[in-house]
Amino acid sequence: MAENLHKNKSVQLIIGLLIGIGFGFFLQKGGVTEYDVIISQLLLIDFTVVKVIAAAVLVGMPGVYLLQRYGYAKKHINKGSFGTAIIGGLIFGVGFAVLGLCPGTVAGAVGQGYMDALFGGVVGIILGTGIFAGLYPKLSSGILNYKPIKHETLYELLGVKQAYLIVFCLIAGIVILYALEYFGL
Amino acid sequence: MLLSMENSGNIMMEFLTQVTWSPYIAGAGIGVLSWLSFYLSNKPLGCSTTYFRTYGMLRKAVSKKGIDENPYYQKYKPEIEWQWMLVLGIVFGAFISSYLSGVFELKWIPDMFSGRFGDNPVVRIIVAIAGGILMGFGARFAGGCTSGHGISGTTQLSLTSIIAVIFMFVGGIATAFLIYGVI
Repeated sequence: MAENLHKNKSVQLIIGLLIGIGFGFFLQKGGVTEYDVIISQLLLIDFTVVKVIAAAVLVGMPGVYLLQRYGYAKKHINKGSFGTAIIGGLIFGVGFAVLGLCPGTVAGAVGQGYMDALFGGVVGIILGTGIFAGLYPKLSSGILNYKPIKHETLYELLGVKQAYLIVFCLIAGIVILYALEYFGL
Repeated sequence: MLLSMENSGNIMMEFLTQVTWSPYIAGAGIGVLSWLSFYLSNKPLGCSTTYFRTYGMLRKAVSKKGIDENPYYQKYKPEIEWQWMLVLGIVFGAFISSYLSGVFELKWIPDMFSGRFGDNPVVRIIVAIAGGILMGFGARFAGGCTSGHGISGTTQLSLTSIIAVIFMFVGGIATAFLIYGVI
């Protein structure tokens, strides 16, 4: 593991910035920093967002697996409950459609000069996280722990080897993307 | 030799100045960034805690009251760290990309939005703030956003992330259909 590198805080800030620059560049080039592209995805008339996410996951998956398998990186899984994943996901989704951008792409939209992303989106998201923090002490003893998800990963739930499931996901993912192209979506 | 270097430079520049890339190329690039962030920083790509840290920093500047008693501020300290720089980098990266392709412009209202709700920027800002509040709240409620759950969590086949992403899209699709009245 590149442990010395991980411990060097100021170098890490620079690495974070550089990876972020790449991330923003790809998001903008992929078209997903556009409100119209995201709304068109949610209206199911243009599948650009799904394609970008799917390509990122399918390329990321084998590499991240190997890095973790050979000890170059740790697993980083935010385990939650059905309460957090379902209710949080639904609330997020409503906001996703109303804002038309997500926390990553809104930053990209700001960089592209979109003022509604800056004065609307960023301001709103900051406020929303603050409201959540204010309610966190109450929520954490209730809904956030409603039906905790027992299995950390899909392969543990299914009881299959991680590597096999990854191969399956890669094949299934390519078939799904091929189908999207075939149907002209 | 010199000529061919010039040529490949031109081809590279042509590529970088294109307005959009295939979503597969852009997505694959993000996948490679996932490897890099795990390898170089032992961190997953994510965005939403940065907004909370920013909230914490702003709040601290106004008054420290109530921060120490709330465990959420211990969990995510109000400070500039790796992910905060990542989100700042996204702003720069998108600026560079849009500037290179000549599409950078100051704009207040997206086309589809003005097509449906008119071209008053105040309306768009209010709607965007409302959407942002729901999204920030929902992201922290769910423990991640489209990057943290959608990309990093799914990449690791995290069950929580997969469930969260499904419901993010369920909520998003239902709301978008309501807003744009397609049905």
